[in-house]
Amino acid sequence: MIAWQMIRFAFGGLAANKVRSALTMLGVLIGVAAVILLLAVGNGSSVAVKNSITALGTNSLTVSSSNLRGSATAAKPLTVNDAKALAEAQAPAIKSVAPVVTTSGTALYGDISHAPGSIVGTYPAYFETANQKIAKGDYFSNDDVLNSRKVAVIGSTTATQLFAGEDPVGKRIVIGGTPFTVTGVLQTKGSSGFNDPDDVVIAPLPTVQNAFTGFGSVNQILVQASSAESTTEAQAEISRVLLGAHAITDPTKADFRVSNQTSLLTARESTTKTFTVLLGAVAAISLLVGGIGITNIMLVTVTERTREIGIRKALGAPRAAILGQFLTESTLLSVLGAGLGVAAGLFGARFTIVGITPVVIPESVVGAFAIAVAIGLFFGSYPANRAAALRPIDALRHE
Amino acid sequence: MTSKPPVIQLRSVAKRYGHGDATVHALRGPDGPDGSPLGVSLDIDEGDFVAVMGSSGSGKSTLMNILGCLDVPTSGRYLLDGTDVGHLDEQQLSLVRNRKIGFIFQSFNLVPRTTALAQVELPLAYAGVRSAERRRRALAALERVGLADRAGHKPNELSGGQQQRVAVARALVTAPAMLLADEPTGNLDSRSTDEVLTIIEGLNRTGRTIVLITHEDEVAERARRVIRLVDGAVASDVRQGVSV
Repeated sequence: MIAWQMIRFAFGGLAANKVRSALTMLGVLIGVAAVILLLAVGNGSSVAVKNSITALGTNSLTVSSSNLRGSATAAKPLTVNDAKALAEAQAPAIKSVAPVVTTSGTALYGDISHAPGSIVGTYPAYFETANQKIAKGDYFSNDDVLNSRKVAVIGSTTATQLFAGEDPVGKRIVIGGTPFTVTGVLQTKGSSGFNDPDDVVIAPLPTVQNAFTGFGSVNQILVQASSAESTTEAQAEISRVLLGAHAITDPTKADFRVSNQTSLLTARESTTKTFTVLLGAVAAISLLVGGIGITNIMLVTVTERTREIGIRKALGAPRAAILGQFLTESTLLSVLGAGLGVAAGLFGARFTIVGITPVVIPESVVGAFAIAVAIGLFFGSYPANRAAALRPIDALRHE
Repeated sequence: MTSKPPVIQLRSVAKRYGHGDATVHALRGPDGPDGSPLGVSLDIDEGDFVAVMGSSGSGKSTLMNILGCLDVPTSGRYLLDGTDVGHLDEQQLSLVRNRKIGFIFQSFNLVPRTTALAQVELPLAYAGVRSAERRRRALAALERVGLADRAGHKPNELSGGQQQRVAVARALVTAPAMLLADEPTGNLDSRSTDEVLTIIEGLNRTGRTIVLITHEDEVAERARRVIRLVDGAVASDVRQGVSV
């Protein structure tokens, strides 16, 4: 009953200075909303990175050649033979191998021309390893590769650009003077950053080598591990096989680099984590400033109401009742501010912010609310204590 | 008057402010044989109506603060309703103020933005009285001062006389051992003064002990006993016939 009374006193006190209370609450509101929203943006960008990497295929490994710094001999480029060595090696963790060459060019269909983001020459195993699924038509086959047939699978963006509504399957496009028959269209993966993974033409490796790149080196070799757990094992096997093939004895002098999506994922995740922590820190500071605003306003309130405190004390209000009244008032400020802040944060998170779709972390909502309320209690306790410690005789004399 | 022990017993109570040469004896009583102050000793019986008079600086405010347990004496003993309040801590003092003393101030001292009913309920709320009981007693007290119809009004909607009557209702609602009025009519016109004093007299007639501090003779005339303070000591203590 006394608790209920306290809440009523507190509401009365806040209502007495509506503008002041509202502005103080605004401070907490902004703090809480900032914490929720900025953490959601950080989290959103990390989710986006994770998604785009998962889209690449989680158990795929990429082998690319690397020039060692300070190495006297030039790196031996990766070749189709390296891919063959990997495919034929006794390596249980390696499921499939696809050498990849990439080039660029302009594709023509009738009088429409479009330059796809990349033209890839590879083996059919590439599709599964790179997590490329067909939407319409079919993949090209190993037979197409063996016979260097002029066929191609195109990405969804390329299909829209060239065919604009027509069914591309079975149609002929001309790239750099070489005609290709489209056998299939890939599913849309969605853009992740600057390059569009859907603007692509994928053709059999020998065809592309024949038409554009020549039969020298390949850009990379895409290896699929038998499972996501065996990627590390597969990585070791690749290193072993390729070191043998390149006749290198010292593993530190390897002229190739094996990267897996997990390591990429971890690297990117730690970047976004730093980003999120920074954003969170900025938001936390604004929450702290909101808390100091509460202290400030409560100190003013206590000074203003010294006489009222004196009256209450003369009427026999125990110290705890005065302490409780002002603590309730400051906590009420922070609770209302934090509640509105949560609402504002959740509302703001529904919009795309600087190209990132915010993903609200539920813990951040609960945490920000709880911290704001705790701040109200903590920052309110100093003014409340001052109020409670006033001697009734001094408080009554106060003008 | 009665066989009961006095409700207020002051024994050699003195109050000093400051140290050394700057010491001010706000309440000193008569000087002892060696010239040191002996402190004020005073008994007030239950049901009495005492007016304490004196010019400013005579120590009447200090006396009032000590009687009201708002301040503690530097030396001496103060027994209120049989309890020695000299050694109570703040928590216990607030309890004493709540249960045993009803304050009426010169400047009314109502809590702002609070209805008359809530004002009167306030001491009961601090005493932990249940809501329904609180309401009943508060309404009865307002009835007593003739303001039952103003229960829902806030201080700024009441006249000075009405505000002081609300303060009287608030002071008597806990049925305290003593009503302590500090210049209750100092801020009132003569009509309101009369109203408030009539209520106070009525309360005294039903057995309430009243200590009234004033510097107005016409107010003091209505008391049964008049104590005059001069320079922190009792100069005269006169019992007078009740003039109605």
